[in-house]
Amino acid sequence: MTAQSHRNPTGGRIDRARTLGFTFNGRYYEGHPGDTLASALLANGVHLVGRSFKYHRPRGIVGSGAEEPNALVQLGQGALTEPNVRATQAELHDGLAAASVNCWPGVRWDIGAINGLLGGLFPAGFYYKTFMWPARAWRAYEWFIRRAAGLGLAPREPDPERYDGTHAHCDVLVAGGGPAGLAAALAAGRAGGRVILADEQAEIGGSLLAGGGTIDGRPARAWLDDATAELAGMAEVRVLPRATVFGYYDHNYLGIAERLADHLPPAERAGRARQRVWKVRAGRVVLATGAIERPLVFDGNDRPGVMLATAAQAYANRWAVRVGDRAVVVTNNDSAYQTALDLSESGVAVALLADLRAEVPAALAQRLSRAGIEVAAGSAVVDAAGGTRVTSAEIRRLGADGTTLEGPARHVPCDVIAVSGGWSPAVHLFSQSGGRLRWDEAIAGFVPDISRQAEVSVGAARGTFDLAAALAEGARAGAAAAHAAGFGDGTATAPAANAREVIAPRPVWRVPSAGRGKAFVDIQNDVTAADIALAAREGYSAVEHLKRYTTTGMGTDQGKTSNVNALAILAHATGTAIPAVGTTTFRPPYTPVTFGALAGRTVGPLFDPARLTAMHPWHVQAGTRFEDVGQWKRPWYYPRGSETLHQAVARECRAVRTSLGIMDASTLGKIDIQGPDAAKLLDLVYTNAWGGLEVGRCRYGLMLKEDGMVFDDGVTARLGPQHFHMTTTTGGAARVMAWLEEWLQTERPHWRVYLTSVTTQWAVAAIAGPNARRLMAELCPNIALDAIDFPFMAWRDGTVAGIAARVFRVSFSGESAFEINVPSSQGMALWQALMTAGAKYDITPYGTEAMHVLRAEKGFVIVGQETDGTVTPGDLGMDWIVGKKKPDFVGRRGLARADCKRPDRKQLVGLLPQDPKEVLVEGAQIMADAAAPPPVPMEGHVTSSYWSATLSRSFALALLKGGRARHGQTVPVHAYGKTSWAQVTEPIFYDKEGEKLRG
Amino acid sequence: MHLIACPWCGPRDEAEFSYGGEAHILRPEQPDALDDAAFANYLFMRGNPKGVHAERWVHTVGCRRWFNALRSTVTHEITAIYPMGTPRPDRAP
Repeated sequence: MTAQSHRNPTGGRIDRARTLGFTFNGRYYEGHPGDTLASALLANGVHLVGRSFKYHRPRGIVGSGAEEPNALVQLGQGALTEPNVRATQAELHDGLAAASVNCWPGVRWDIGAINGLLGGLFPAGFYYKTFMWPARAWRAYEWFIRRAAGLGLAPREPDPERYDGTHAHCDVLVAGGGPAGLAAALAAGRAGGRVILADEQAEIGGSLLAGGGTIDGRPARAWLDDATAELAGMAEVRVLPRATVFGYYDHNYLGIAERLADHLPPAERAGRARQRVWKVRAGRVVLATGAIERPLVFDGNDRPGVMLATAAQAYANRWAVRVGDRAVVVTNNDSAYQTALDLSESGVAVALLADLRAEVPAALAQRLSRAGIEVAAGSAVVDAAGGTRVTSAEIRRLGADGTTLEGPARHVPCDVIAVSGGWSPAVHLFSQSGGRLRWDEAIAGFVPDISRQAEVSVGAARGTFDLAAALAEGARAGAAAAHAAGFGDGTATAPAANAREVIAPRPVWRVPSAGRGKAFVDIQNDVTAADIALAAREGYSAVEHLKRYTTTGMGTDQGKTSNVNALAILAHATGTAIPAVGTTTFRPPYTPVTFGALAGRTVGPLFDPARLTAMHPWHVQAGTRFEDVGQWKRPWYYPRGSETLHQAVARECRAVRTSLGIMDASTLGKIDIQGPDAAKLLDLVYTNAWGGLEVGRCRYGLMLKEDGMVFDDGVTARLGPQHFHMTTTTGGAARVMAWLEEWLQTERPHWRVYLTSVTTQWAVAAIAGPNARRLMAELCPNIALDAIDFPFMAWRDGTVAGIAARVFRVSFSGESAFEINVPSSQGMALWQALMTAGAKYDITPYGTEAMHVLRAEKGFVIVGQETDGTVTPGDLGMDWIVGKKKPDFVGRRGLARADCKRPDRKQLVGLLPQDPKEVLVEGAQIMADAAAPPPVPMEGHVTSSYWSATLSRSFALALLKGGRARHGQTVPVHAYGKTSWAQVTEPIFYDKEGEKLRG
Repeated sequence: MHLIACPWCGPRDEAEFSYGGEAHILRPEQPDALDDAAFANYLFMRGNPKGVHAERWVHTVGCRRWFNALRSTVTHEITAIYPMGTPRPDRAP
């Protein structure tokens, strides 16, 4: 084959001065800038581009844009590979490497084609009918099916490309840059509105790029050049080529996927973002999304060489490509007559135009006969013969009702059949916006009817196929949209074009079969007319059922070319009118959008902010291992040398119990509460009473939801008569703040209470252990530290290491402890001073893991670990904190429900494994009876489980049905196929009297 | 993505707000006085209208203020924004 054997020497919108080399299935070809992969392949005479999804039939290029169902290719290699790209939308660049999807070992010789020979075995719903039982065999079936059917391959490596996301606002968003969209953008722009015009193609112009015609007395392409130049000169107009409006969401919020670098060779992409998603809030939207030509459903209509008439025309006019040597055109409407003329002019011999209509447009037919093209009225192509390329078309006369054939068969040799089955307005965005469709008999298509949002459809998107009328609609809509935003007077002059008289199409949804061939409706998903008829017979007569049962319209093209044909055939099969059948739901995206573009920059470290404490750099330097708690990075443990987690935690726990530990507690949530009604708020949200709390003292509190379930806990200090300092769990800080605000604003708006989050205002170092008071005494000259002057659950202001500090005597470890709060800016200085002065006690930093062990030894719960939203204070053995005399608090009535009082509720217990070296699995299930056959009744689960260096044995906390009455029992605990035994105990293992804590 | 007109901050993306469920559910003055059925009705039972719904929203990552809105559950159109504690504007008082 010679290079670009089917490229004409002149014409088209390509740059012949440069030649681009590319490979397809490993073979080298050449094309030019301006080409798509599809146009370049056709220029080289390549039609066969893939194998079909189910039957592995040879398939060719059908369309020239977003509608393409067949020509899906795998682009690039390794981490940069991208599956299922439509060759019709992939811009050619030098070095582009593409391969067919879904064929092995090659496109010409395909093993799966055996499925085609066995086609009778693969009817609609085949998978549902065949692979029903036994259920356990499904895994084996699935492996086979997924290998046999399927499209391209996802990359296995992380995506090295960069993506952008941006937000934008405009008065008028125009989706689609064809004649109607251009007229709208020009009118809105001239009025002075902020306009965004987005078009999916590399060049603005839509159908003008491929068609002829005149506008304002000049060739349409000259008008197009002027229009784009004028728009480029408008300061408030932004034109986005290579930008697909892919989704229309609530309140005029639209998504645009812009391809910034896909058209460049990888070497030229360096430093550029590959794609960008625009999230646009538009005042008004003009939908100028055009229309999609429909194929005709006849036997063999999927053979390579059978293509949409507009596509054949576009390849001729826009890319100077002859799609074949000898063509047959078949149509049910006027538009393909121009295709026949354009093909003929481009050098393709057009053997015949078959028009399904008995009455043909006289003027057009005359032009064809002058060009030497026979017009066969009332005739159709009923079969396309051939293998990897069509070789001839069988032409028959149609009976009057379109369901029978008459007269002799004519076999016309050809290598291309250009098909036009009418037009479906691209109503995808309109439907996504919530608009309702109407079936238009005149054009045999669905058109926009009732809008829900501030948008209007213009041009072919609303069924206006005439150029002059489309331009007028666009101009009117653009001016009106700008006027609605306060620009211009709402009027515009439309460019003039010749109006045409159009004879209505003749819908023949299933061209009668002359034999036994397959007539495809959904070419991508291999759904035939017979499949749809079968589904209808089996009762799948609702369109949404039909879709799921036959998979029609469920491919990557979402049935752009097939949906109307499918539902029309369904309507025929069920004796229903097409509007009564209706359409399936149009969902975003219009064409696939990469995950990378949707994620934009919010990947890796930018996915979620990391919150760091004032002492974080010290932890990093100490080689700390961190744990994520909400957005916080908290020290998990501080390994020394080659210590494991287990060794480090044991050492840290021993240090706290025997001498002195230090912990960064800065992440605890802190809320400053002020106002005359502050104590009332605490009384409302906590279970215990707060009015009597003295200034200078702290109290532990438990918050419940209205249903009585534990929601958060923490210590709150009274700083003044109307001033409290509340602490919350680290992860619950924002939640608790929102909770308090909700109660204040929605139920108690008359209360005077003011809340301020002060979590990050304070840095907190907690020192704990028998030597904590000694260290404090050295560094803190102005607070009396003995247990009488500064008792447990009190706070004092003073200085620590010369830094103004607020010190709380609270303890989560069970040891004598001081939580030293200083302004965040002083946190590092405080930490360093404590480390230096504490060296003599071998002060040991400890992390969250040691903290968890220490508190569990004391039986202190962690909200979210011992609780899961179904646990009451009583379940935790904390009835003591529920104010019996308080008339009301949030959750009080909930706790009074009978269900909260059942004696067999899951209750907090301790567990001592029979094997003291075995650490039970957290989440392990406690069984009623280890010997019972499955399903075994579950009685509870392990909530926390650790090795205790202090006890020299393992221990656990658990929730167990009726657990408090079961101390001393031995229960089976099951996880990962292993059953262990443990003794139920009281949930406290260390210093039961609390002497160390208070001492 | 809704566009919600916060009474304090102006129109903002839905992502800045949190939904607070049905509006005008008053907490009983004396929850203890309610029987289980009445309490469950207050705590759990919510309307699920097809059409206009009175509901609560809070501008979580903005001013943190609560407000009520009338919003269609069919079209998602917001027809009114009004302060907490005031009656539904589309119903006679």
